[in-house]
Amino acid sequence: MAEPVLAARGLSKRFGGLAAVDGVSLALQAGRIHAVIGPNGAGKTTLVSLISGELEPSAGSVMFEDLEIAGFPPARIARLGIARSYQRVNIFTGFSAHENCRLAAQSRLGGGLRLLRPARAERDLDAAARHALRLVGLDPGGRATAGNLSHGEQRQLEIAMTLAISPKVLLLDEPLAGMGASESARMTKLIKSLAKDHAILLIEHDMDAVFSIADQLTVMVEGKVLETGKPGAIRKSRAVRKAYLGGPA
Amino acid sequence: MKARASIEPLLLALALVALALFPLLGAKFYLQLFAKIMIMAVFAMSLDLLVGYAGLVSFGHAAFYGIGAYMLWWLSPQYEAANFWLTLPAAMAAAALASLAIGLLVLRCSGIYFIMVTLAFAQMFFYFAAGSKFFGGSDGVYVYVKPVTGFLDLGDTAQFYYLALAAMAGTYLLLRGLIGTLFGRALLGIKSNEPRMRSLGFSTLGYKLAAFALAGAFAGLAGYLDAAQYGFVNPDLFGWRLSGMALMMVILGGMGTLYGPILGAFALVLLQDTLSDATKHWLLPLGIFIILAVLFLPRGLSGLIKRAEGKRG
Repeated sequence: MAEPVLAARGLSKRFGGLAAVDGVSLALQAGRIHAVIGPNGAGKTTLVSLISGELEPSAGSVMFEDLEIAGFPPARIARLGIARSYQRVNIFTGFSAHENCRLAAQSRLGGGLRLLRPARAERDLDAAARHALRLVGLDPGGRATAGNLSHGEQRQLEIAMTLAISPKVLLLDEPLAGMGASESARMTKLIKSLAKDHAILLIEHDMDAVFSIADQLTVMVEGKVLETGKPGAIRKSRAVRKAYLGGPA
Repeated sequence: MKARASIEPLLLALALVALALFPLLGAKFYLQLFAKIMIMAVFAMSLDLLVGYAGLVSFGHAAFYGIGAYMLWWLSPQYEAANFWLTLPAAMAAAALASLAIGLLVLRCSGIYFIMVTLAFAQMFFYFAAGSKFFGGSDGVYVYVKPVTGFLDLGDTAQFYYLALAAMAGTYLLLRGLIGTLFGRALLGIKSNEPRMRSLGFSTLGYKLAAFALAGAFAGLAGYLDAAQYGFVNPDLFGWRLSGMALMMVILGGMGTLYGPILGAFALVLLQDTLSDATKHWLLPLGIFIILAVLFLPRGLSGLIKRAEGKRG
């Protein structure tokens, strides 16, 4: 197998006595979708937050390419090229869809005196925003206020914002949450197509979607990895069936 | 936002012309009062950068006003005039440096804690100045000779009025320009959703610190002009009353608009002035007015202009 783009080893997070994530290891490959499934409270979102830097790991390491990034602040991790989306829509509701993506793209510029340029004159940011919006299937002009978009469109926008920072790794936390059937199908297709240029960590409850697009699956239960493997192998696993999928053991 | 041409620039230009012509008919007393109001407007606009654009509600902004004022006193030779062009930038730089240092400490807090910690820092300055012999204690100190500019005579009421007008217009244009930059966009993003800004790759502390230092510098400008106008500097310039006044101007006028705080400064000071002439219980009607304004004008006086635009369009 190729070198992983991002590899977590023995990642743990304890809140007081509770181990929300307990010794989790997984590796993301370029061009592949690695899905993490598990019952509510298994620690999936906590795992994403440990990788994105929003939570500091109690133990373990996260290697991104050749860099140890565990404990880096979230802004630095994002600038390295690791973008996350949120289970609950997390956008700038007062801005237009286009401005949401434009602002996301602006983060690539970093700090310095360049920031004193008039925002309107930055055509390459406009282009980046339009590109991201087009990728997810939203209107590239996107003048409507983000807060007024439908739930499905807000989810698409959420993904567009993560794409606008041109990341190498996408951490998608339940991108299908609260979506209707047709919206779900479209989003699933989108995620599949994004795998071409990104390494993707996908947290999702929609099993049909997960088994149709994941290249690799990790099952988490109570903060621990129960099993990792190809979707076919996971489907057959007795332990997974018993703990999670609900089929006969 | 860009869909309809706004009438705001036109109104602002008209207001500027009216203020520029005012000395032709205004009595000396009103020129002094208006100069004082315009200085307060500079102070309120600097606070609006924090409150209205970065979402940082500071209750200690007078700390930097006071620094600007004390700097003019400190840099002035006792019986000679100071050079305006040297002392003004120095006062603004001192205020900016102080806010940079304080910002590093206070910007780690947010919400109600930020309000309390900024208040605490300003009160520290207040008690330091009030207790220090060097700074004249609670009696304050005098700037006996006004600074010289080379072409304006600041001792002349009308000429000082024009200086205050220029400071107000210049502060407005500079801050307006800043809001339109990439930096300004990032500030609005931080106000709207700071955690998301961080996860998109913005080191938000740096942005907030820059805004805090800049707001401090313009507060310093206002304080310097205050000291230049009255020639008298005392610890009250650090006090929470002044910080609270500026906050009230920002909220009354409409935060996040820059011209709102100008309206707020005029409304509040003029109201205070007329009411205190009319009755000795002037605080009562003033308080009622502010409560009504907050109840019925959630976007402040500037919201009235926006509403008129909405009807027109």
